[in-house]
Amino acid sequence: MSQRPSIFLARDTYRRRRLRDVARVLPVAGTVLLMLPLTWSGGSGDGAQLNSTAAIYIFGAWLVLILAAAALAGPLSRPETEETGGGDG
Amino acid sequence: MLSFNLLVGIALSYVAILFVVAFLAERRAERGRDGWLRSPLIYTLSLSVYCTGWTFYGAVGYAARSGLEYLVIYLGPTLILVGWWALLRKLVRVGRTQRITSIADLISSRFGKSNTLGVIVTVIAVVATTPYIALQLQSVTLSVSVFAAQGWGEAELQATAFWVAVGLALFTILFGTRNLDVNERHHGVVMAIALEAVVKLFALLAVGVFVVWQVADGPADVLARIDASSQAEWQIGPGRWAGLIFLSAAAVLCLPRMFHVMVVENSDERHLATASWAFPLYLGAMSLFVLPIAVIGLDVMPEGSNPDLFVLTLPLHLGAEGLAFFSFLGGLSSATSMVIVASIALSIMVSNHIVMPIWLSSTGDRASMSGDVRRIVILSRRVSIAVVLSLGWLYFQLSGARESLASIGLISFAGSAQILPPLLAGLFWRGATRIGAGAGLGIGFAIWVYTLFLPGSGLGLPESLMTDGPAGIGWLRPQALFGIEGMDPVLHTVLWSMLFNTLAVFAGSVLSFPSPLERLQGAQVVDVFAHSDSPKGWGQGTAEAEDLLVMAQRILGSAQAHRLFEGQARLQGTAGYLPEVTPDFLHRLERELAGSVGAATAHAMIGQIQGGTSVSVEDLIAVADETAQMREYSSRLEAKSAELTLTAQKLREANEKLTALSIQKDGFLSQISHELRTPMTSIRAFSELLRDGGVPADERARFASIIQDEAVRLTRLLDDLLDLSVLENGQVTLNIAGGSLVDLIDRAMAATERQTTGLRIIRDRDAEAGCLLETDLDRLSQVFINLISNAAKYCDAAVPELRIEVNGRTIDVIDNGSGIPKPSRRIIFEKFSRLSDHAAAGGAGLGLAICREIMEKLGGSIDYLPGREGAAFRVVLPEAQALAAE
Repeated sequence: MSQRPSIFLARDTYRRRRLRDVARVLPVAGTVLLMLPLTWSGGSGDGAQLNSTAAIYIFGAWLVLILAAAALAGPLSRPETEETGGGDG
Repeated sequence: MLSFNLLVGIALSYVAILFVVAFLAERRAERGRDGWLRSPLIYTLSLSVYCTGWTFYGAVGYAARSGLEYLVIYLGPTLILVGWWALLRKLVRVGRTQRITSIADLISSRFGKSNTLGVIVTVIAVVATTPYIALQLQSVTLSVSVFAAQGWGEAELQATAFWVAVGLALFTILFGTRNLDVNERHHGVVMAIALEAVVKLFALLAVGVFVVWQVADGPADVLARIDASSQAEWQIGPGRWAGLIFLSAAAVLCLPRMFHVMVVENSDERHLATASWAFPLYLGAMSLFVLPIAVIGLDVMPEGSNPDLFVLTLPLHLGAEGLAFFSFLGGLSSATSMVIVASIALSIMVSNHIVMPIWLSSTGDRASMSGDVRRIVILSRRVSIAVVLSLGWLYFQLSGARESLASIGLISFAGSAQILPPLLAGLFWRGATRIGAGAGLGIGFAIWVYTLFLPGSGLGLPESLMTDGPAGIGWLRPQALFGIEGMDPVLHTVLWSMLFNTLAVFAGSVLSFPSPLERLQGAQVVDVFAHSDSPKGWGQGTAEAEDLLVMAQRILGSAQAHRLFEGQARLQGTAGYLPEVTPDFLHRLERELAGSVGAATAHAMIGQIQGGTSVSVEDLIAVADETAQMREYSSRLEAKSAELTLTAQKLREANEKLTALSIQKDGFLSQISHELRTPMTSIRAFSELLRDGGVPADERARFASIIQDEAVRLTRLLDDLLDLSVLENGQVTLNIAGGSLVDLIDRAMAATERQTTGLRIIRDRDAEAGCLLETDLDRLSQVFINLISNAAKYCDAAVPELRIEVNGRTIDVIDNGSGIPKPSRRIIFEKFSRLSDHAAAGGAGLGLAICREIMEKLGGSIDYLPGREGAAFRVVLPEAQALAAE
């Protein structure tokens, strides 16, 4: 019974590289999320953004960033040596 | 109300607990059981020195004044931590491989171990941190005054600040300078601030929970109250929001205390991964209840109370004295942990970059050999701590407690941020140089001092300068540079200082030329992940291992130094305790020393003994232009490989030719022996018959003529061989005579008449007649004889034809056979070549070889002419003959 070899050799390495890309993009994504308040109109008046909603948005974005970082932390900090065994191709 | 004495008593016991924790941690670490002390959790908690008394008390005041703007202070660090993979990881790796002791050390080390830069960064750090330390003293003093009996005056406040400063100095000296650790790690201090981190977090959360669920009716009510308060609406200008997030992100990298806990005290890179989410979580928790406390404080507290102290006064006002007290401990923790770490970080910088270099130069050439360096380093650290704290206290005294907490904090942030451009340039750009970094730091620092520190710090500038500018130059007004008015002062400073700082770093770097050591260090820092091993900065020198050991002992301590030297000796396979002084060893020793006294000082000390660095060209090439070098190397390889391919190709061709020739020669030998043998055999046989007699006369005549014919054949063969050998050896005399081609070919045809019976020869006699010759006619006719007889022998057409075409000085001789196969064309002019094996030819394969030799001797040429229907040869008559033909 022969298993069809995977097209990608070293699948793990590939995954890990993309994971690093995610880790690099994360602060950029965070900056975009946190710069959204720049669009809110300041000052008093009817159109002004309420601080209560603003706080919920900012803390929400914050939590998303924390969760994303937590999800990445484990795989990223795994020692490099584990990835040397390539794919099963 | 809690009695003031009880408060002091409990505060002191809290401090005592901190002492005990620090002490136990130190002892555990000394016994080598520091596994637990070095966990990611402790690391994350130690990062909380970011949250100072300013955060603890000031954030609520900030929120009461400007709504959600206080969040910017936490969002910047969140982005930096979340993006640890791109930046912090590199920073920590550089810190570890280069044994960095402080941010000044990093800048100095990266830019060629320049102590000048170390001094500049140290000065910036001290100036920027001093108000911040004053701020902590202020927050502790204010919080104490809340509990004090009414009517505390300025004098009592000052006294409190003084004793707090003294106490902090004592604690810091005790645990921050107990030993001179090679890695500059302070287990006791880190443990204590981790504990303080927990206390301040829970204190603030407790107040928050109290406010949200006791005072208000849960989150929904709090949100409603926010909507109803004076801070209901988003009022933050876009510039301030973005600018302050940038500023706090810069601060988390550049504040000396943050650099210390994040990089210097880091024992494992992977701790960053945990901190990347845990520290933002900590910050989030610290800031979660700030706005509710502020809003409800504004609601509940009497008009005119200081919002900076709501965390303390709100529970107190509502009768929750225990909570108020817990909150006081939280505030105390925040303030003390900041002061402790900041003064340790500053004392390292001051002693490594200011005191040690002065001491080294003042004690003369052999400074590193005399006196106990360890004692001097530790003493200078202790003095520096005391000086830093007294500066803070002095500042507090001078400025008084009139600033709101937040503004001082931002001023300090903006000062530290001046280190950011050189830091980032140094980390990511090899081209950044010492000159550039120095220029950037200088300009940025000057702008900061002029536009923000002096006007905003309470030290004051004359009023006329603020409104009219220096000497009435309006566009130089401190808070309206270039006439741009109405900008927020902090933003104004951040914008201009960062702009000019970055520009100066760039321009300075581009215009200057780095020293070899700078380039080495630059390559090592920028490509820290590529260079696992470092190049050696030291050449073979004059240092004696013993001198080095004496010096190392004075810095590292006797046991540690001996261990290092012995280990190195073992590594080198040398017997005894002293290793050979190799560049390798010097480099390692310098690293070890750098862990204690900083890169620049360690470099200078070894330099004193060793007699100067030598960065060899090879070292530089090895790292400085690795990519360019690789490219060149690979192109050189490519060229070489192409050359080799070509050579191999030629060799293969030569080999093929040789093989073919060898086969021909074998064939020729057997052929020639056959050719010689056949006539010889007949000659022998018939001569024997004649000798034995009894042969009729007519038979005898026939036999004799056979013998004669065979002898002629032998002679012809030998003549051919002789001809060729004569031609080849160049011993030819040419009999130049005039004649016409037509006669010459006629003669050749006549000579070959017997062989060419079946061959039709097509000629253009007119053209031939027009071709007059002035050459050795006999030899030239030999060429045509050979060509014609070859055609007669080898043309395989049913009706063989030979065409002789004359065209000026070229004569083509073409038959209508199948021609000569391509692979053979190269060898037909070689000696002994005969393409078909059949002996019918009756020649030895010398004909064409002779033709070529003759033509060469006559100054012309003969070649095979490809692309014609049959075998075609082109005879080119030499120039002289051609001229004669015209």
